[in-house]
Amino acid sequence: MIEKTYAGICVSCNEEGYLTDLSQWNRQIGTEIAKEEGIEMSDRHWEVVNYIQDQFKKEVPLTIRKIGKSGVVDIKEFYALFPEGPLKKASRISGIPKPVGCI
Amino acid sequence: MDNTKKVKKMMLILSKSTLDNVYACFILANGARMEGIESEIFFTFFGLEAIQKSRINHLHVATVGNPAMHIPTMLGGLPGMEAMATKMMKSKIEKLDIPPVEEFLEMLTASGSKLWACKLAMDMFDLKKEDLIDDLDGILTVGDFYARAEGEGTHVVFI
Repeated sequence: MIEKTYAGICVSCNEEGYLTDLSQWNRQIGTEIAKEEGIEMSDRHWEVVNYIQDQFKKEVPLTIRKIGKSGVVDIKEFYALFPEGPLKKASRISGIPKPVGCI
Repeated sequence: MDNTKKVKKMMLILSKSTLDNVYACFILANGARMEGIESEIFFTFFGLEAIQKSRINHLHVATVGNPAMHIPTMLGGLPGMEAMATKMMKSKIEKLDIPPVEEFLEMLTASGSKLWACKLAMDMFDLKKEDLIDDLDGILTVGDFYARAEGEGTHVVFI
């Protein structure tokens, strides 16, 4: 476990930089993690983040296919919003663990 | 990690259209995109069936000549065996949230994977562009394909 400071708040992360406790997360922290990933957050980004956190709280495992069918964002836009590894990046920004699936 | 050693592009050649081969190829292509790696698929020989409009929803698992299926060859050839094995595999695949072939191709296109048909194999099977899916990025010769594979960190995989 590693402690990192985002937006003046000390949070616990794993060695890959994923938050280990979603309750420590807030939007400012998400914004700063996004900056590390080279992403400037917009309203569309937040809509996706809200959906991802919601699914995580319901304990639904995330796949690209599910996100594409969510009605929140289609696959093409998801890749455009979070380029180069959308599921991983969006999960990290959302403060949830790295997804484990292959699809 | 040394950035020059990273995998940057996967060039997959699909030469068969049994379900197991098609899914292996698609999962590799999609998995690459999920990691921020470019991916392209070159459909050649029997692999062309996977992008043929009329064939796309009729792909099967092979039950003959595959020892890992644990079906004796003599039985594997009986009528209905392929259909049964295919049905079983499809239901397993659906449970894992892996899309059917047609939807998977749409997903790959949306993810930015490039899909190419082999010109020579199309000539061999008398196929026209209209016979293939609309999302196809084009028809290539082997030379065109290699030209697309240029650059550091590109890997070519034959399936």
